[in-house]
Amino acid sequence: MAAYGAGNYRASQGRGPAPGFSFFLYAVLAIVLMVLDRRGGYLVQVRYYLSATAYPLQLAVSSPAQAWHWTRDSLTARESLEAQNAALLKQNRDLSMKLMRFDALAYENAELRGLRAALPAVADHWMAAEVVDVELNPLRQRLLINRGARNGVFRGQAIMDNYGLLGQTTRVGPWSSEVILVSDPEHAVPVEIERTGVHTIAVGTGDSDSLVLPDLPANADVKPGDLLLTSGLGGVFPQGYPVARIAEVRHDSAQPAQIRATLLAHLNALHEVTLVWFQDTHPAAPTRLKDGASASGNPALQKQPAPALELLPPPALPHLTPARAKPAAQDSQ
Amino acid sequence: MIDRAQESFGRVLLTVVVALVLTVLPLPSWLDAVRPAFLVITVLYWSIAAPRVGGIGLGFFSGVALDVFRGAVLGQHALALTAITYVAVREHQKIRLKPSFQQALIMLGALVAYEFILFAIDGWTGHPMTSPLRWIHALTGALIWPLATAVLDRVRGSR
Repeated sequence: MAAYGAGNYRASQGRGPAPGFSFFLYAVLAIVLMVLDRRGGYLVQVRYYLSATAYPLQLAVSSPAQAWHWTRDSLTARESLEAQNAALLKQNRDLSMKLMRFDALAYENAELRGLRAALPAVADHWMAAEVVDVELNPLRQRLLINRGARNGVFRGQAIMDNYGLLGQTTRVGPWSSEVILVSDPEHAVPVEIERTGVHTIAVGTGDSDSLVLPDLPANADVKPGDLLLTSGLGGVFPQGYPVARIAEVRHDSAQPAQIRATLLAHLNALHEVTLVWFQDTHPAAPTRLKDGASASGNPALQKQPAPALELLPPPALPHLTPARAKPAAQDSQ
Repeated sequence: MIDRAQESFGRVLLTVVVALVLTVLPLPSWLDAVRPAFLVITVLYWSIAAPRVGGIGLGFFSGVALDVFRGAVLGQHALALTAITYVAVREHQKIRLKPSFQQALIMLGALVAYEFILFAIDGWTGHPMTSPLRWIHALTGALIWPLATAVLDRVRGSR
């Protein structure tokens, strides 16, 4: 049968290689691409340029939605602008009040810890980015934003909105980057429960407003309403940023507790996000796990693939992230 | 459907780009789950209708484009598309003669095979996604196959 089909193909075409041959050729090429992309990170540069060529099409595809937002924004009535302005002024006042107190607290904390001078804030600087494309389905929760390597963005950079942690960059092109959200089923973020200080891992569910904590034992001290902060482990996010709030705790006998948390970031209404650069020297900055560090500790944590670790900056872009490249290579081994 | 000696490559490319746009167009998540794999269907159509122009090579490069847009391991969609276009090209004369309904069934099989290859590679690269949602598009793809062939036949016929 196969020979019959193949023979016919040749007869009707008259030239060109037999399909079996070109299939073999392209299949081998595809497999080589996969191995190179996956194993060595040899294709980082290639991907960088490919994403640059893909970006115009992505922009074009998202332009109707952008145009709609723009039109809606420009047609916003005066009253609603005034209302918004009043709300922002109030928010600003509230924030300034909090900040005043914050300065005092930071100083007090530094005193308590016996440090000579108050430390600077862990966030060094930040940049707003527009969301070009949103992919929020149960398999993938990703964003495409309009900032890339030309703006100094690096892989594994923290993304936030005004309410909490959103995710991190996975692929950085020249003018755009792909962001994996904390709600992506492949994403796991190391967190600590603020009330008890217990460390665990919050895994995305594919649902854009909840996370699950699969690794806490049945008798863990968790209550609905507990705040989850980034724990600073994993080397991507610094310690102490709000991620989610526990919404539901279900205890089944002898099973691990089933715990669901609601994200603080507003994933469903995203137009702008904030890229954050952290000071590497700050004590609260991300710490990078060394080899074998995960071998001790909770065995339940080890069976998690913990993608947050894999998503560290790649080793092959030294000119972009000189200080971050080395530990990432160790982690991924 | 007689395989024309010189199928214009520009026409094939145009349909492929349109299909790619349809594939990456942002949609609400419930619609996104049932969105057929337009690009895969288009490539399959050309592999059957004009295997010399749109054959395994077209499958491979469309697959690389999908990899870039989907952010997958480079080569994943390329391998899956190469495999199913190979079968389509090899059997194109038999598939052409089938009635539309049977063609749709064959497409269902091809799309399931395609998704299975993606699934296997996902597993190999350590991103297993076992959600049953990923298989839905094979069904919707088979459902729109008669419509897709009608549209693409027109594109192909109007020269």
